[in-house]
Amino acid sequence: MIQAGVIGVGQTKYDAKRRDVSMAGLVREAIDNAMLAANLEWDAIDAVILGKAPDMFEGVIMPELYLADAIGAVGKPVLRVHTAGSVGGSTAVIAASHICSGQFKTVLTVTFEKQSESNATWALSPRYPYSPHINAGAGGYFAPFIREYIRRYEAPEHIGWKVAAKDRQNALKNPLAHLHIPGIDEKMVSDTPMLWEPLRYLESCPSSDGACAMVITAQDQVGSRNVAWIKGMAVRSEGTLSAGRDEVNPQAGIDCAKDIYNQAGIQNPFNEIDCAEIYVPFSWYEPMWLENLGFCDLGEGWKLTDKDATAIDGELPFNMSGGVLSSNPIGASGMIRFGEAALQVMGLAEDHQVEDAKVAMGHAYGGAAQFFAMWIVSSSLD
Amino acid sequence: MSSEDTPKDYSESPINLEYFYTAGSATTRFLNQVKEGNIVGQACPKCKAVYVPPRGSCPRCGVATDIEVPLTDKGCIESFTVVHIPIPGNPIVPPYVCAMIRLDGANISFLHLIQEVEIEEIRIGMRIQAVWKPKEEWTHSLENIKWFAPIDEPDVDVATLRFQES
Repeated sequence: MIQAGVIGVGQTKYDAKRRDVSMAGLVREAIDNAMLAANLEWDAIDAVILGKAPDMFEGVIMPELYLADAIGAVGKPVLRVHTAGSVGGSTAVIAASHICSGQFKTVLTVTFEKQSESNATWALSPRYPYSPHINAGAGGYFAPFIREYIRRYEAPEHIGWKVAAKDRQNALKNPLAHLHIPGIDEKMVSDTPMLWEPLRYLESCPSSDGACAMVITAQDQVGSRNVAWIKGMAVRSEGTLSAGRDEVNPQAGIDCAKDIYNQAGIQNPFNEIDCAEIYVPFSWYEPMWLENLGFCDLGEGWKLTDKDATAIDGELPFNMSGGVLSSNPIGASGMIRFGEAALQVMGLAEDHQVEDAKVAMGHAYGGAAQFFAMWIVSSSLD
Repeated sequence: MSSEDTPKDYSESPINLEYFYTAGSATTRFLNQVKEGNIVGQACPKCKAVYVPPRGSCPRCGVATDIEVPLTDKGCIESFTVVHIPIPGNPIVPPYVCAMIRLDGANISFLHLIQEVEIEEIRIGMRIQAVWKPKEEWTHSLENIKWFAPIDEPDVDVATLRFQES
């Protein structure tokens, strides 16, 4: 198979309301930064792969058509990807698979959300036909799974506060992050109001405007550029309303992780992966994914969090950029994880760089925790 | 500068999306029973998993769930949350308890309200039963059930609820 690598990552400044730019301006900001980082001219781009979450989030249907000029797709193949919150990750995987297919030399991929132009909680809480109108956004949907995790493994409540504080402390090292909360600590998190029990306000992700873009190319196009080599990538999904499904530890997540570890030749992910950007929109998903992704045994995830294993200077740093808890333009949130993983192995993560990071993981999940996308990137081709 | 001269770069234009929903044969069979106050799940002929509400096919096996399985309106709380924030467009006033309801004999759960109990007393595995609206208000909707309320029966170990193919 043809080896693909990331040669440019571009992001916007994330904020609650980016009123200084239109949707087109927002995606172009990320693209310009990615093209600059890749040191490429537009002629080099063979196709554009765009991803975002539901069109109802902004009320613009099929935005990839309206955005064709802004994303440089006029006269070129363009593909839209949509897999709910995991879309940023699956868009990256699909973009890279264009290279691996041998049909494209270099592709541009971009994901975005401009949440200030609508209300995602409203869009996620419609009245379903023939049912009581009680659904309450993403937090309302995931909170029962989190409650079951806590019950199953007798996890203490401060674990959630700890993750929330840790990711926001990391965000203070990332100038692009939406939330910069000076002095953030567990106490501050635990003092915020309950939204969806057991989740408090600061244990939940913000709504952000933002975009993330990447340039991905084939090995023979790289030249002397700094590259994050894609050593393994996969997507998986499972039936949301399938009998026997374990929402706390979804099989699709387990299978997706095993697939990328096998591709990358990783036997022991905890020891062999230097750092990871994992999709944690609600604090408790850090310990839940530590277990789901095979970094530890079931019931041990919260203990790793508790002993600071996931801190930026810990054994397995998670979400050095501040994660989804600090910046959440939903459609882009997955690609930010994949792009930040690439930046780490390229040594370009600046103040939130993990020293000597060689192998990093990017992860995204979405929908009712039934969509998964993941990749492993490495600083070396071997 | 008058308001007319103020540059405007942003304006609100609310949208309203109305749609027609075609229930399909499986949901129609289910809702016709709900209108009569009955809950009838549908089982997969292959793995025997019982779905309520049924969607017409088993995601595990990819076959039609064409076996009707009458259920009672009793079950347990598989998990739950207490919603404290108002949701735009949602008529229910917080705080309210939104629970994953697992009816006896069913292999998936659905979301509904829990009432007639102090919030602090609600727990995973608690036994509950439907509280129905007056019969004259019944329609083709699970809204015929006002909410679920606890009943005086021992809690269920939810670990035993996981479906396993026999």
